[in-house]
Amino acid sequence: MSAEAVRRVLAAGAPVPPPFDVARIRADFPILSRLVRGKPLVFLDSAASAQKPRAVIEAMTAMYEGGYANVHRGAYWLSESATAAFEGAREAVARFINAGSAREVVFVRNATEGINLVAQSWGRAFLKAGDEVLITAMEHHANIVPWQMLRDQIGIVLRVAPVTDRGELDMEAFRRLLGPRTRLVAVTQMSNVLGTITPVGAIVAAARAQGALVLLDGCQAIVHAAQDMQALGADFYVFSGHKLYGPTGIGVLWAKLAHLEAMPPWMGGGDMIASVSFERTTYAEPPARFEAGTPAIAEAIGLKAAIEYLGGIDRAGAHAHEQGLLDHATARLSAIPGVAIIGEAQAKGAVVSFTVDTAHPHDLATLLDRAGVCVRAGHHCAQPLMERFGLPATARASFAIYNTRAEVDALADAVARAREFFA
Amino acid sequence: MTEDDLRDLYQEVILDHGRRPRNFRRLDAPDASARGNNPLCGDRIEVFVKTDAEGRITDAAFEGKGCAISTASASLMTEIVKGKTAEEAKALGAAFREMATGGCPHCEAALEDDFDRLRVLSGVAEYPSRVKCATLAWHTLGAALDHAAEEVRTE
Repeated sequence: MSAEAVRRVLAAGAPVPPPFDVARIRADFPILSRLVRGKPLVFLDSAASAQKPRAVIEAMTAMYEGGYANVHRGAYWLSESATAAFEGAREAVARFINAGSAREVVFVRNATEGINLVAQSWGRAFLKAGDEVLITAMEHHANIVPWQMLRDQIGIVLRVAPVTDRGELDMEAFRRLLGPRTRLVAVTQMSNVLGTITPVGAIVAAARAQGALVLLDGCQAIVHAAQDMQALGADFYVFSGHKLYGPTGIGVLWAKLAHLEAMPPWMGGGDMIASVSFERTTYAEPPARFEAGTPAIAEAIGLKAAIEYLGGIDRAGAHAHEQGLLDHATARLSAIPGVAIIGEAQAKGAVVSFTVDTAHPHDLATLLDRAGVCVRAGHHCAQPLMERFGLPATARASFAIYNTRAEVDALADAVARAREFFA
Repeated sequence: MTEDDLRDLYQEVILDHGRRPRNFRRLDAPDASARGNNPLCGDRIEVFVKTDAEGRITDAAFEGKGCAISTASASLMTEIVKGKTAEEAKALGAAFREMATGGCPHCEAALEDDFDRLRVLSGVAEYPSRVKCATLAWHTLGAALDHAAEEVRTE
């Protein structure tokens, strides 16, 4: 943490977290002490879904054991208390991402649902045939398919900015594809396959210059560094709780309040109405307008616990640790003959995709699994990106706050053995 | 990781057929062909068959990209179905799929002489995520023999 950051924390009266210590972090994650196939678990698939600290597990258990009732309904103490806890989670998210207010925080199931919400609510209300949505070739299917569905529904045009051989966004081509018909730029902040961190500042500025709005898929990026909605300058931001050491079933759509206020509801039901009669229904103000039905209550509490957990650690130190693991993995894997790393962006987060000349990624993953090493193998929900690099699949290791250099070594050793096995 | 553990799944025959697949080519003017696709892992395969007047398979071949399991399975399949009628080949495929999922009390009888050759792939039953790798070729062959126009998916 920088001296300035320390001063800010001290001024705010919050305790300064102790310097980052991976051994202490590991002790907070119960699953890391288990064996898999008789070997210590080496979990290198956190980019798919992260493991949970005890604080998250205990917060959800405590909610169910002592604080649970439906929210926004009961005129009884337990429901009021659950509502306060649920809305407290929203406040915690708002502070975590420096939202303008908690009203800008819509709880969804995951980032996928958040993007679908924007496409179906904002997109259907404000876009018309011929309007353009610009994405990139490194998007997750979650930031491709909702726009294709919208294209098929109302005739928008979907444009795709290419990536370079190094796996970076081709900014020249991106700027060329931006035009007066571009209404929305929807871009990942960090590729789940390549690890590429996209130049969000330049993207937002270029989009603004054309009067386009910006949606950022923050699923991967928010896990590795604090995100500030005021500083980013985007219009929409989505992320999933389960990648952020929180539970599944809860995610966040952040949007500028003016957008949310102008957007029609997407799903109808309870909780999202002001009044209902068979003749006419009026809708609640945001964010309730977008949260039809009983929400994921305990999961929101769990997400708050994950955010507080991250607030209690030295995140700058954690980030440096993760980048160190990435550098070490890149060096170790590159030193193995026949291993090719896919994605060599200058700005890269703690994800490494690779192929091995003698082994298909699935065979590789099976062998690594026998060594207790969990990696992802496949197209990573980014088939167009795989096509771009002419690959049916890659293996991917991703690093979290709880991973160690020894685990990176276990990965590299197992990859080298697997290469021999299939040679 | 001991190699012994892995030999249950990756027997030498599989490694051999995975590295040097037999009948790995396109057939000119096949009597039947089909494409198969395992979207989970990106495996793609195309199977080609030639049949004689009696409907007996005279040649079978495949092309594609896949893991060792799917490549070896396709390679073994193209060897084994030669000389069989379409019905026999489909029955063999059904028995093989049962074996690969671990529940096949009648496999020994159904697969008869071919069982020993295909049994090398029975290890996939212990790896649920890999079963589809082993069965893709047989699904695709079935589609080709049924003259199905659509691409086969194992998902």
